[in-house]
Amino acid sequence: MRGDGSDLRVLIIVPAWNEQDSIAATVTEIRTCLPTADLLVVDDGSTDRTYERATGAGAIVCSLPYNLGVGGAMRTGYRHALREGYDVAVQIDADGQHDPRFLPRLLERLDAADVVIGARFADKDDPYKVRGPRRWAMVMLAAVLSRVAKARLTDVTSGFRVSNRRAISVFAAHYPAEYLGDTVESLVIASRAGCTVTQVPVTMRARAAGTASQSPYKATLYLFRAVVALLLALVRDWPAQFDDGVTKADTQVRPDAAGGPDAAHPDAPGTDPTEVRR
Amino acid sequence: MNASAVLGIVGSATILLALFEMMRRHRLREKYALIWAVVAVFVLLVAAFPLLLQSVAHALGIQVPANLLFFAASILIMVLTLQHSSELGRLEERTRTLAEEIALLRLRIEQPQGLAPSSSTTQQPDDEHQDGDG
Repeated sequence: MRGDGSDLRVLIIVPAWNEQDSIAATVTEIRTCLPTADLLVVDDGSTDRTYERATGAGAIVCSLPYNLGVGGAMRTGYRHALREGYDVAVQIDADGQHDPRFLPRLLERLDAADVVIGARFADKDDPYKVRGPRRWAMVMLAAVLSRVAKARLTDVTSGFRVSNRRAISVFAAHYPAEYLGDTVESLVIASRAGCTVTQVPVTMRARAAGTASQSPYKATLYLFRAVVALLLALVRDWPAQFDDGVTKADTQVRPDAAGGPDAAHPDAPGTDPTEVRR
Repeated sequence: MNASAVLGIVGSATILLALFEMMRRHRLREKYALIWAVVAVFVLLVAAFPLLLQSVAHALGIQVPANLLFFAASILIMVLTLQHSSELGRLEERTRTLAEEIALLRLRIEQPQGLAPSSSTTQQPDDEHQDGDG
């Protein structure tokens, strides 16, 4: 990896909930851009034909028995990545708004960080515009998270990110299921666990199917929920969460992973700490 | 013996009987039964000996003893509800973990060979996006 095409194993995780209209195109596009990476679609309890379309497009599909939200789908993906010994996990939305052609650039940056976010608003000429309360929420979240992560972050609600082995082991144990927890709180958790976070500017496309809510009422509600989610994330006694959901072994960030991507290799899936108690 | 005392005694006795019956039928776990049993016994005591309530209220400087009863009752109910919310959250977290594990097990059954181990190469950044880099 690191731009020179070496031997890191990459797992692309696509959380999908009722995305039958866009999933096939997204899967095909990702496979075209990164033909050697493994692609796992996590079907988050879809009631439509997401499973069939994703399988038909050549993805491996992991079906959750009922809808857990993005957080649950992603933790499933990260657990799979950890147990199967992947070096890099990629999170990318099923609705087609994330352009997989940016992925190589995100992967390159894993040299310097444990988590790399594909971020909007990083450039002045970004065509993706958001206004009103929703915009204020995003600016506030970005400002606070930048302080927590000690890095300039402009788009912390982006679901477009790559993580190395060290971040995978954190996310496999702690990936919040609450609203905005999957993006905002997971970054706080990663930072607290000692992972470094950085971003790469990307442009995002309009959603291939479905619409983002932009009504003023919903935007205000979003702002409110963002504040609540952020405050909770900051004051929470992490990694306590709910003790029963994770085993003690899950909570330990392995010391050998502390040196960044280069030091994160020696453990095979068999020595995986999450497998000890199962 | 006045009406309120009878009401209190009958009510707490009913709770105690219901508790016993539910425990007998395995409908209630001991850890929840215990707190309700304490509540029922407490109500029984207050109903049987109203002077108890009056003296405590007097000692605390509360004019109307019934207010103490209402206050204590509402606090107790709030604490119990909070306890249930927390139990509910723990259960949700457990079912979430189970759902994730089931999905991963199902994946392992449907794809017995697993995802084929492959080395990953990445393409160079696409030309048309180079200008977006900062």
